[in-house]
Amino acid sequence: MDTSTVGALSELGLARPQDPTQSDAAAPAVRPIRRLPVQKDWPTWALLIAQACILVGAIALWELAATTGWIDAFFWSQPSAILKTLTIFFTTGDAWTDISFTFRSTIFGFLLGTTAGSLLGLSFWWSRNYAAIVQPYIICLESIPKLALAPLIILVFGIGLVSKVAVATALTLVVSTLTAYAGVKALDPDGEKLFYSLGASRLQVFRKLVVPFCLPWIISVLRVNIGLALTGAIVGEFIASQHGLGRAILYAGQTYDIALVWVAVLVLSTLAVLMYAAVSWLESMLRKGVRQ
Amino acid sequence: MSYPAPKLCVDDVGMTFKTSVTSNNPAGVFEALAPVTLAIPQGRFVSLIGPSGCGKSTIFNIIAGLLEPTAGRVMIDGVDATGTIGRVGYMLQKDLLLPWRTVLDNVILGMEIQGVPLKAARERALPLLHRYGLSGFEYLYPNALSGGMRQRAALLRTLLFDTDVILLDEPFGALDAQTKLQMQEWLMQLWSDFGKTVLFVTHDVEEAIYLSDEVHVMGTRPGRIVATIPVLLARPRVRTSALTPEFLAIKQRCLDLLQVPASQAA
Repeated sequence: MDTSTVGALSELGLARPQDPTQSDAAAPAVRPIRRLPVQKDWPTWALLIAQACILVGAIALWELAATTGWIDAFFWSQPSAILKTLTIFFTTGDAWTDISFTFRSTIFGFLLGTTAGSLLGLSFWWSRNYAAIVQPYIICLESIPKLALAPLIILVFGIGLVSKVAVATALTLVVSTLTAYAGVKALDPDGEKLFYSLGASRLQVFRKLVVPFCLPWIISVLRVNIGLALTGAIVGEFIASQHGLGRAILYAGQTYDIALVWVAVLVLSTLAVLMYAAVSWLESMLRKGVRQ
Repeated sequence: MSYPAPKLCVDDVGMTFKTSVTSNNPAGVFEALAPVTLAIPQGRFVSLIGPSGCGKSTIFNIIAGLLEPTAGRVMIDGVDATGTIGRVGYMLQKDLLLPWRTVLDNVILGMEIQGVPLKAARERALPLLHRYGLSGFEYLYPNALSGGMRQRAALLRTLLFDTDVILLDEPFGALDAQTKLQMQEWLMQLWSDFGKTVLFVTHDVEEAIYLSDEVHVMGTRPGRIVATIPVLLARPRVRTSALTPEFLAIKQRCLDLLQVPASQAA
């Protein structure tokens, strides 16, 4: 190696230092000895206790802040008042009427939107021309904020249960349609070829290939849809209704009964969690049934 | 040598597509398959070999009625079967087993579509699954099966469709060499038990010669048959047949025919 090369390399910091004085200056730092960081998992009971502590702590802090006047109990209310309102709500109010009203509009909307949407999506398999004609409209519907149409829907369907179901259906229908159609589009053309080579009719291909193939797609949208249906039902109640948890929240807010707002939100959340859990269970059952 | 009347007759079948008119192609026509004629007697095992794009799959699709040829006819048992589906068993390259059905219910698909009651179809299929190496797998789902087992199931599905003619499009193309050899033996067993007329597509020259009574070598642009080579090796064949001079001579001839002349290589 000639000197000019060494110079060039040392400028790049690549050359071995040859001069002892230089080597002292550029002595490499001792590398620290490191071990692979290992996270130790806590047992489940410890995690549960930690979660419970956070909840209890937050509630206690809220109560304390409200009684000592750090926060304004008029706007924020306080846990003890909420508890009191909760018992009143369930003993004297129309709690069960409201819960059942919201529950029914959600479930009907969910079932109607999911079923009709899935069938609509699957129907696109039957004719490419029909699919090509209808598709732009579906995409338009998808991009419209459906909740903006809610006042119109209430106007058309009245202030009863039907209008809430209609809003919930409007929200879930398009999602189901597009998902089922995505399933149809993912169908392997060779699968159809196999069926036709066996002499199958269109109906046989649809029943024995298209529907079972698209089922996982349809199932995957159930959990999203239950949330959307609940949103639709609540918004419908916000606009005009005589019953329902959404109406209870709106009414309590307008009359500055903040504790009642919290109670209604609490009950609504419980309902949402229960329905979500039920649909998750349904989903896992269906998945077992269709063997992905 | 006198042949019996052909079971399957591909009569001057050609396939052309309209394409955009260019200076290279003033007619605006792409000839995928120049008129091809094949006459296959009952119970024969016939292979098609050729480079990619020589129209092997096109011929299969036409025979299976999935594609309407632009010229010629397909005759089965002397009857015009052009463009009619459900006349032949067709096994595509992929096994296409339905993941939501058990192996048994996959295998009976053809019978089910033809309207055989499920119970009767299952009763017919079970002994065959046992006899042809799928016992213990009947009630499993396809995702639990190895590649070789999946191909067995797909082949049995084709056989149980109960047509005299069976088209096999590279059934062993995706298998490892070891499994492929086993599957060839298995297929030979099946073929001699059922006496079906088999049309077999492969890229593997040795496989084609080992299995067939007759090998058709195909060429490209347009897809056509360039040579038909009878394989007169005695049956049942053994692996060492592949070392005999007759076998090697046929292999040599096939390889020469498949070799693209340097002047034509793209």
